[in-house]
Amino acid sequence: MLGVLSGLVALLALVPLFFVVVYTVSIGWDQAWALVARPRVAELLSNTGRLVIGCMLLTAVIGTAAAWVVERTRLPGRRVWNILLVAPLAVPAFVNSFGWVSLTSRVEGFGGALLVVTLSYYPLVYLPVAAALRGLDPALEETALSLGHGPWRTFARVTLPQLRPAMYGGALLVGLHLLAEFGALQLLRYDTFTTAIYDQYRSSFNGPAATMLASVLVLCCLLLLLLEMRVRGHHRYARVGGGVARSLPRRRLGRSFVPVLAGLTLLVGLALGVPMGSLAHWLVVGSSTAFPVGELVSTTLSTLGLGLTGAALTILLALPVAWLAVRHRSGFATLTERSTYFSNALPGIVVALALVTVSLRLVPAIYQTIGMLLAAYAIMFLPRAMVSLRAAMSQAPPVLDDVAHALGAGPTATFRRVTLPLIAPGLGAGAALVFLAVTTELTATLLLAPIGTQTLATQFWSNSTSIAYGAAAPYAALIVLISLPATFLLTREARRSTTE
Amino acid sequence: MTALTLRGVTKSFGSTTVLHGVDLDVPTRELTAILGPSGCGKTTLLRLIAGFLDPDAGTIRFGDQEVFGPGRSLPPQRRRVGYVPQEGALFPHLDVAGNITFGMPRGARRKGTRVEELLELVGLPCAVSTRLPHELSGGQQQRVALARALAPSPSVVLLDEPFASLDAGLREGTGRAVADALRQASATGILVTHDQGEALSLADQVAVMRDGRLAQVGTPKQVYDAPADLDVARFVGGAVVLPAVVQGGHATSVLGTLDVPVGATQGAVEVLVRPEQIVLTPAGHNGTAVAAPGAVPLVPGAAGPTATVREVSYFGHDCAVRLQLAGTGEQVTSRMVGEDAPAAGEVVVLRVRGPVSVYAPVAG
Repeated sequence: MLGVLSGLVALLALVPLFFVVVYTVSIGWDQAWALVARPRVAELLSNTGRLVIGCMLLTAVIGTAAAWVVERTRLPGRRVWNILLVAPLAVPAFVNSFGWVSLTSRVEGFGGALLVVTLSYYPLVYLPVAAALRGLDPALEETALSLGHGPWRTFARVTLPQLRPAMYGGALLVGLHLLAEFGALQLLRYDTFTTAIYDQYRSSFNGPAATMLASVLVLCCLLLLLLEMRVRGHHRYARVGGGVARSLPRRRLGRSFVPVLAGLTLLVGLALGVPMGSLAHWLVVGSSTAFPVGELVSTTLSTLGLGLTGAALTILLALPVAWLAVRHRSGFATLTERSTYFSNALPGIVVALALVTVSLRLVPAIYQTIGMLLAAYAIMFLPRAMVSLRAAMSQAPPVLDDVAHALGAGPTATFRRVTLPLIAPGLGAGAALVFLAVTTELTATLLLAPIGTQTLATQFWSNSTSIAYGAAAPYAALIVLISLPATFLLTREARRSTTE
Repeated sequence: MTALTLRGVTKSFGSTTVLHGVDLDVPTRELTAILGPSGCGKTTLLRLIAGFLDPDAGTIRFGDQEVFGPGRSLPPQRRRVGYVPQEGALFPHLDVAGNITFGMPRGARRKGTRVEELLELVGLPCAVSTRLPHELSGGQQQRVALARALAPSPSVVLLDEPFASLDAGLREGTGRAVADALRQASATGILVTHDQGEALSLADQVAVMRDGRLAQVGTPKQVYDAPADLDVARFVGGAVVLPAVVQGGHATSVLGTLDVPVGATQGAVEVLVRPEQIVLTPAGHNGTAVAAPGAVPLVPGAAGPTATVREVSYFGHDCAVRLQLAGTGEQVTSRMVGEDAPAAGEVVVLRVRGPVSVYAPVAG
C-alpha cells in the first residue's frame, strides 16, 4: 500500500523528465540535432554558461568571505550582520531585479545580470558555509596553529578544505537556481535558456523548438544536480564527534576593521538597500496615482489559498515516500526517493511545459485548471518537503515504536502519542517552506494558472513588464512580506543540518 | 516457577539462520543474562520474546499463557513486557513523569505517587520528574527507562545491552541499581549483554549464546568454574588450556600434577586452568620454592615447575603476569592481587590451586 502510493508519487514527479526524454526521442535524432545545433542555441548556451559560472564563482567567494568574517572575527554586531546577510533570501530574485532595473536601465546585459543574481543568491553559499564554520572541530585549527602555521596558512590548508563541501554544495545550488531563473533575467533583458523557452512558447507555441531547448536545459541541470549529490555524499567529515563543539577564540580585525566593515556595508547596501529603497520609492510614487486595495486583498487571498493547498498537497504526497525511505529501506524506497529528488533539476518552465503538453494530449479536461497548477507546485517543491520530512522522521526512530508497543500502545495510539508529536515540528517546517515557495513562484504560475487566477507574483509581473513600476510595487512589497518568515526557517534548517 | 519458556525457537533472515531451535526456561523473579558476542543472535531472541518479530518455528510461553505458537502470535502491546533498549530510548517530547506514566492506564497517569515510588525504586530523586530526557545523564536516562518499563507491572522485563553506552565508571553502579530495582519490584528480568563481568555479577542465571544456539545455561559460578566447552570457557574469562593425561583423580601436565573432578575423562585430555588458579612463589637458588611470609606453606619437596616472568600488566587491583615455563618454553598467564606482582625477569615456582576442568581433546 505504502509502496504503491510512493510509486505513484515518484511517477508524478518524473512526468516532466519522461516528457523531455520521450519527446526528444520521438522527434528523431536528425531533427533533434537540427534544432539543437543552431547558432541561437550556441548563443544561449554561452549566455547561460557565462552567467552560471561567473555567478557560482562570485557567490562562492562572497558567501565564504562573509561567513568567515561573521563567524570567526570580533566584528561588532555579528547577530545583526548575520540577519542582514541572510535577508536577501526573503527578496525573490525577480523583485531584486525589479528594484535595480526600475532605477537604471544600465543593469541590463551581462554585467548587470551577474551583479543582480549574485546579490540575490550569495546567501545560498553564506548559510551552509557559516553553519560549517560553526560545526568545525576547533581542535583542528588549534593543531595547525600549534604546528607553526600562521592564521592565513591555517585558513588555506585546514579550514578551507573542510569548508569545501559546504561551499561547493552552496555554489551548485546557486547554479541550479540560476538555470531555472526566469523573472530576474527577463527583466534585465538577458537571454538564457529559460527566458528563451518562455518567449518561444508564448510567441509561437512552437512545440519542438521550445522542447529541445528544454532538453538542453534539463541536461545542464542534471549535470549540476549530480555534482551536487556527489558533494553532499562527502559532506560528513565536516563534523567529528557529538556534543556542542567548543568555539574558537575570535580573531581581532585590527587594521582590516575599516575595509571589512566597508565591504559588508556595501554588500548589504547593494543586496538589500537598493531593492528595498527602490521598492519604497515606487510605493510612494505609485500610491499617489493608484492603490487598488480591493484587488490587492483579493490577489493576496488567492495567493494564500494556493499556497496553503499547494503546501498541504505536497506534504501529503511526500509523506509516503519519506516514510518508506526512512522506515523501510530498500532498493525500491531509494528509487522513489531519488525520483522526487530529480525535481530539483527541473526548472518551473520545464515542469509547466511538460504538464501543458502531456495534459493536452492525454487528459485535455485538466488543462487550465487549478488542479494542474497544484500538481506543478507539488512536483517542483517535493524535494523541499522531503528534506524537512526526512529530518523530522529521523526524530522518531523505530525503537520508540517498540518501546511504546511494549508499554501496551497499539499502532494507532503509538502514532498519535509518539510519532506525531515528534514529527509535527518538521511537518510544519516543511509545509511552511512549500507554502512560501508557492507564494513566490512565478514561471510555472504564469504558464499554468487558469485565466482569471492571479497571484501576487503574476500581478507584479504583468505590471512590471508593462513598465508600470508604481503599480507593481505594492505586489512586490507583499511578496517580500510573505517571504520574510522563509528567511528564518531556512536559517534554522541550515543550522540543524550541520548538527546531524 | 517459570516465568518464560522457550521451546525450539528458530529464526532466519533471508538465507541466514540466526537462531537454531533455542530452548530456555527463565525462573520467576530472577535475572537471567543472555551472554554472547555481537552477532550471536541474542538481540533477535529478545525481540522475539517482546513480540517485535515472530519466530519461524517454536513456542514462547509467559507463565502458562502461550504468546507465540502454531497459528498464534500475541502482538507486543498485549504481552505485558517491559522493554529497556540500548541508550534508554526515552520519548524525547515527554518529561520524566510523562515517560514513566506512558504505559499506565489513562486514569492512573495523573497520580504522581506511582512516579515517585518508581523513581525511588530506581534510585533517582523526585525532582527529576519534570526534567526532559536531554537534561539527564546517560545513567539517569537508563534508570528512567527502567522505571518506565516497570510502571505497568510487566510479567517480564527485557533489557537490551542497557549499559553498553555508559562510561565504565557509571556502568557498574547503574547495573547494580537496575538489578536491585528489579529484585525489589519482584520482576523477572532478561538482560542481553556481551560483557562477561556484567552477566556474571548481576545475573542469577547466565545463558551463554553462540552462533544462534545456547551453549550453556547455569548459575554464574557453574558457567565460570565448569564451562560446557573450551569456547564457553574462553568467552566467560581468561583461560590457560593445556594438554594433560588423566589417571584417576589427577592429571599430569606441564604445570605439574593437577586435581580433576570425580568422574573426569581418563587418558589424553585438555585441561582448563583459570589464570588466578596459578599461584607463584619466588624460586630459591636451587630452584625450589622459598616460603614467602603469608604464603601457603609448601609441602617440603613438592616443588612445582619453574618459569621466568616475561611481562607484568599491572591494573592496580590486580595484575596479569605472563610466564615462560622452564624447559618447554610454553607461555601461560597468571592473575593475582596487584601487590603480589613479581618483577619481570624474576624466576618463580608455579602451583595450581583447586581442581581444573577436563575436556576431550579436539580432533586433529
